[in-house]
Amino acid sequence: MKPAGSIVFFTVASGAGYGLLVWLGLLAGTGLLRITVGGLLLAQGLALALVTAGLCSSLLHLGHAERAWRALSQWRSSWLSREGVAAVLTYLPVLGAAAAVYAGAYPLAVALGVMGAVCALATVYCTSMIYASLKPIKEWSHPLVPAGYVVLALFSGAALLAPLLALLGGDSGMPALQVLIFGALAAGLKWQYWRSIDTARPLATLESATGLGRIGATKPLDPPHTQSNYLMREMGFRVARKHANKLRALTLWGGLLAPAGLAALSLGAASPMVAALPLVLGLLLAVAGMLLERWLMFAEATHTVTLYYRGN
Amino acid sequence: MPGAEPQIDYSPKLGDEVKTTTCYMCACRCGIKVHLKDGQVRYIEGNPDHPVNKGVLCGKGSAGIMTQYAPARLRAPLLRVGERGAGEFKEISWAEALDIATGWLGKVRAEDPRKLAFFTGRDQSQSLTGFWAAQFGTPNFAAHGGFCSVNMAAGGLYTIGGSFWEFGEPDWELCKYLLMFGVAEDHDSNPIKIGIGKLKARGAKFVSVNPVRTGYSAVADEWVGIRPGTDGLFALALAHELLRTEQVDAEFLARYTNAPWLVVRNPGGADDGLFARDADGKPLAWDRARGAIAAATPDLSAVLAGDYLLADGRKVVPVFQLMAERYLAPEYAPEAVAATCGIPAARIRRIAAEIADVAFNQAITLDRPWVDVYGRHHATMVGRPIAFHAMRGISAHSNGFHSCRALHIVQMLLGAVDTPGSWRYKSPFPRPIPPGPPPAGKGARPNTPLVGNILSFPQGPDDLLVDDAGTPLRIDKAFSWEAPLGLHGMMHTVIANAGADDPYPIDTLFMFMANMAWNSAMNPGEVIRILTEKRENGEYRIPHVIYSDAYFSETVPYADLILPDTTFLERWDAISILDRPIGSSHGPADSIRQPVVQPDRDVRAFQTVLIELGARLGLPAFTKEDGSPRFKDYPDYLANHERAPGVGPLAGFRGPNGDKKGVGEPNPDQLQRYVENGCFWRHELPPEQSYFKHANAAYLKDSKAMGLIPNENQIVMQIWSEPLQKFRLAAQGHGAKQPPEHLRARVERYCDPLPIWYTPLEQQMHDVSGFPLSAITQRPMHMYHSWGSMNAWLRQITGSNKLYLARERGEAQGLVDDDWVWVTSRNGKLKCQVKLMEGVNPDTVWTWNAIGKRAGAWMLTPDSPEATKGFLLNHVISEWLPAQEGFRSANADPVTGQAAWYDLRVAVEKCAADEVPITEPQWATLTPPDNMPPAPDMLRYTVGVKP
Amino acid sequence: MTCLPASQPGQKKLGLVIDLDTCVGCQACATNCKEWNTSGMSAPLPDFNAYSAGAEGVWFNRVHSFEAGVGAAGKTVHFPRSCLHCDNAACVTVCPTGASYKRAEDGIVLVDADKCIGCQLCAWSCAYGAREFDEDAGVMKKCTLCVDRIYNENIPEAQRKPACVVTCPTGARHFGDLGDPESDVSKLVAARDGYALMPELDYQPVNRYLPPRAHVVPEQGKPVEDAPTPMDIKSGLLRWMDKVLTR
Repeated sequence: MKPAGSIVFFTVASGAGYGLLVWLGLLAGTGLLRITVGGLLLAQGLALALVTAGLCSSLLHLGHAERAWRALSQWRSSWLSREGVAAVLTYLPVLGAAAAVYAGAYPLAVALGVMGAVCALATVYCTSMIYASLKPIKEWSHPLVPAGYVVLALFSGAALLAPLLALLGGDSGMPALQVLIFGALAAGLKWQYWRSIDTARPLATLESATGLGRIGATKPLDPPHTQSNYLMREMGFRVARKHANKLRALTLWGGLLAPAGLAALSLGAASPMVAALPLVLGLLLAVAGMLLERWLMFAEATHTVTLYYRGN
Repeated sequence: MPGAEPQIDYSPKLGDEVKTTTCYMCACRCGIKVHLKDGQVRYIEGNPDHPVNKGVLCGKGSAGIMTQYAPARLRAPLLRVGERGAGEFKEISWAEALDIATGWLGKVRAEDPRKLAFFTGRDQSQSLTGFWAAQFGTPNFAAHGGFCSVNMAAGGLYTIGGSFWEFGEPDWELCKYLLMFGVAEDHDSNPIKIGIGKLKARGAKFVSVNPVRTGYSAVADEWVGIRPGTDGLFALALAHELLRTEQVDAEFLARYTNAPWLVVRNPGGADDGLFARDADGKPLAWDRARGAIAAATPDLSAVLAGDYLLADGRKVVPVFQLMAERYLAPEYAPEAVAATCGIPAARIRRIAAEIADVAFNQAITLDRPWVDVYGRHHATMVGRPIAFHAMRGISAHSNGFHSCRALHIVQMLLGAVDTPGSWRYKSPFPRPIPPGPPPAGKGARPNTPLVGNILSFPQGPDDLLVDDAGTPLRIDKAFSWEAPLGLHGMMHTVIANAGADDPYPIDTLFMFMANMAWNSAMNPGEVIRILTEKRENGEYRIPHVIYSDAYFSETVPYADLILPDTTFLERWDAISILDRPIGSSHGPADSIRQPVVQPDRDVRAFQTVLIELGARLGLPAFTKEDGSPRFKDYPDYLANHERAPGVGPLAGFRGPNGDKKGVGEPNPDQLQRYVENGCFWRHELPPEQSYFKHANAAYLKDSKAMGLIPNENQIVMQIWSEPLQKFRLAAQGHGAKQPPEHLRARVERYCDPLPIWYTPLEQQMHDVSGFPLSAITQRPMHMYHSWGSMNAWLRQITGSNKLYLARERGEAQGLVDDDWVWVTSRNGKLKCQVKLMEGVNPDTVWTWNAIGKRAGAWMLTPDSPEATKGFLLNHVISEWLPAQEGFRSANADPVTGQAAWYDLRVAVEKCAADEVPITEPQWATLTPPDNMPPAPDMLRYTVGVKP
Repeated sequence: MTCLPASQPGQKKLGLVIDLDTCVGCQACATNCKEWNTSGMSAPLPDFNAYSAGAEGVWFNRVHSFEAGVGAAGKTVHFPRSCLHCDNAACVTVCPTGASYKRAEDGIVLVDADKCIGCQLCAWSCAYGAREFDEDAGVMKKCTLCVDRIYNENIPEAQRKPACVVTCPTGARHFGDLGDPESDVSKLVAARDGYALMPELDYQPVNRYLPPRAHVVPEQGKPVEDAPTPMDIKSGLLRWMDKVLTR
């Protein structure tokens, strides 16, 4: 599948934003987060900005962005519609929570924060299910895809929250711990996912796609048109195996395990400012890793339609 | 409300007008209905009432809109102002253009009319163009048949009085077994497709003999991946098997062929191999009771074998015996031919057994009484339900004439010619063998028309167009000793011969829709060289080139005067009964085109221009007694021209009331009647005339009455071809007309009165060991006979081509798909990409033909894949056979002059890794004439539906 | 609305049956579809770079060719590919706007261009590559099964079929109600062992493909006699002399 820049940015930015909202909502509610009111508002604002930027970016992918409102209508069947609804709904508790924080109504803020966290998680899950529900793409239609989206959102949210706290002069220990845990978890999950898609049997074959297996092994002779087309540009994109392996390693070590390690390093830091250094570096690596992971998510995905053109 | 399903307009109107006409996206001549909205073409569909296509329409026809509106359409007459090939033209008026053309042509006609060479491409108005050339007085006229079909035409017309090509068809309704040779897609495009659909629906067996398994071969029940150029040998092995196992329809042979005719055996004598004839010149047969007697005796009981002595002492033997002796020889045994054909002997024997089984054990009997030419009543029609069809793969070899005849021999042995379930003649065939008068062309004189048809039928050496020294009279050397049965001319030699002033220089080359500077030439580079070559006096070797076409093809830049033609939807036209009408086995038919859209350019229908030129030149048939034009335009000519009293271009709706068929006075309302009838006319044969037409009294009588044949005589199929024997006798030194010495042996060998098989000439004459692969081409189904790549839809489907080769062979050479290779022949080399496939003869490579375009032509940008990844195999084909003792012959069939572009042998070698991935040879980019607007980047073609 | 309509007993399911044993790959279905639909309800079907490199357009029907099996024993198959109008059409259920829908009355899957936001998710969800994105108009287009022909009262009744079916020269394409077991198309599918593409995805296509008929494997047909001896040939010729033939 062709990595669409707008979609890669959308899922990375909104994933981090929603992850941040989850942590803010849950940690604030359970009192595990030590942060000033201003800091909390700043973090909430940052999360919403990321989410909004991501959503705006996703509109760039549309042929008719001005009709995007229509996408809220089909939540009964469509994960994309559900994502839209969830995304819009998430604004309500989160803005409410921010208002409550501002107004000092902390119990209400906690309640709304938790609601916001639930909505954010739901949105991320809906996003993941857009991909996971696409049966023709075996790398997406995989149980580890939703888990991956959620874990990576939590990882990137934490990776964002930790340096933010440190830079605000607060205690970044808790989110750093999350970075460590979710970084390692994400690394394990991705490793398992890659291993799984590498060894998975093909969902369909040219023989089943044409029904000609009854005659014998089937190969394409001539394509319908000698030049490319929309389908092949969109679904036919492939990254070379060697290239993909490098990018996977980079994602795994540089984008997930390195931030986790840096987060662990920050735990022993003498001061927030000292902790901030590895955490900021970790954030940058995590962002790069996320972009890479999403790019690979597309580039490694294969669509059954290519069977008709390439035989695989 | 947001969730509701939208309102759908279920019954939109297709337009405000619908007009019928005849498609011209290929040579198939289907009836179409063109839906128009505000004068724009909305939709083209097959006409359900039309006899050719019965409502269906192929991939080409359905893309007609894009040919109609292609940006490559020429816009106005052009006069060359720069050097030839530079593409510098100035737009001129029609008056100016016609003045210039009249000036050039008038001078030629007044001095030496032979110095006009008038050649047309896939022209469907040959009854006009040929007539015009004869009126002009030049013998140098032909269309592109010398490239295309002449082996099939000559092979068939001199053997069974009909032809495969587009003049015969399997009995699609009744045939139980179809054996198809060398047909991927061809003339009769939709009728074959409709027919295959019928065979499939009935479960009849379909065997395709073809080196490549695509198109029709793909749906065949059995694919025989024969080695190119060996079909004739395969057919003769089938004949061997049928004779050996005595599975031969002897009654059919005795009644309908010359199998019982007696041939004189007098080796060395002037009558050797000629038919023994009675005092009236009628051929004799040996009657079991009465001895030698006219073969046409109604109650003849003929013998087919044995040596006999005539009263005058001449030794004679029936044709059948000569045939059986030849084909029972061990050289035609399946074992002997298997390796050459690439088909195991057991398989050949099985196929022979299968076709014999179908012919003799599964015969069809129709309760359909009929009367034969001898007046005998038959209660039934008994048919051999085995049909043959053949075309390109037989035709385009230098042994194609004999291979085609070999197939007809097998058909005759099976009794499977025009019987229920077999191959059938399409009207106006069968015709007498050979059909007509000899070719006109002798004694060309200034300002004098030639009498007769230029492209006609020699019966022997006296009819050849050669002078006393044996030198050809035609520029292309058709009807000379090099190509005695060059019935369709030899377009492929015109420019090459003119370039060598051989046999004489020409002044004006006048071409119509013939892309001679590209895909219509063997070796286009040489054509371009000659067209741009100048003599020492600075004059071009061919001083004047006039070209008419509707589109900016590769040939336009090489012409001096461009006469832009209309598109097929913009003009009147006729699929004339005098030319190649649309008749079928069900009866005669012809058709017209009518303009359905108005040209938006300053263009004129070529035929109308030709008629005006005829009048300006004062050609007798085109001027009245007072010198004024006889015809206003082409439609006027179609309705009012009479070739013979009562016989005109169109057979339907003749006579003052429009109720006469075939023969009748001109009807001023004739075209209107055609339009009212869907732009075609047909006559459905009554059931008793539907088969055995060659000997069917009622059919022959009616056909003569309609002017389709000259007499009602039985058309006796010719196993032994006497005209060929006459050429051979001349080569053996008999008679006044003698071939030149350098051709004597060739004429003797190849003018064999019985079909023979030989290795294609080019392959005999050079060392092929370095060129292990046969290389052939085919046109994709959606582009067959479909002009150019200016069609925005069709060029998406095929915009570049690769060289296909057998997977095992490619892999043995370390090749994988899309690798770049050099393809080398004795004539040159080209670079292209390969594609490996399973379904191709392992000794054969092939590609889609005429996909490669010269950069800049057809209003395609130079980066188009047609120019960068497409290629023409033509660049490595030679128009000449290897020279022998200072003399070179055309790379053509030695009997018919058919261009032998399937005889090519090549070697394939992988390119070095650092070579530029672009096809070679590349030519300088062509620039379109100034008056052509740039082609749009994007098309959003739509008519009349949405605002 | 992007929920699929509940299937009723005897549900009408209009669709195509494509006979791979008969299709010769002539592209008639592809170009006739193009000319019908470029001025039809999905008009226009644009062509980009129409006269240069990178020419590609919106087509609802594309004809592939494949080779199945090895060498001479294999088969070349021309394979037209278009929307299969699946019963379990993911392209419909994934649509966030309701633009993509499956009609309850005849099962045709359509796109309402006015509602389409051009997210292209339906194209991703279609296993068969039947969706065609009009990058100029920014909306998804697809085979309509010629819904503006098959009920069109301005067209003679015999022609009220999809353009690809009417034009097909070999008669390799059939149109009808595959929900009715008694329909001609259903009977044809039953008789010829028609099948659905990629059944493992459970999209339940309505269209069916008829397989190439089992063909003759060279030299496994009926036995033929042994090669003849020269004696046979000689005697054969002699026997002809005694044949009594009359007109």
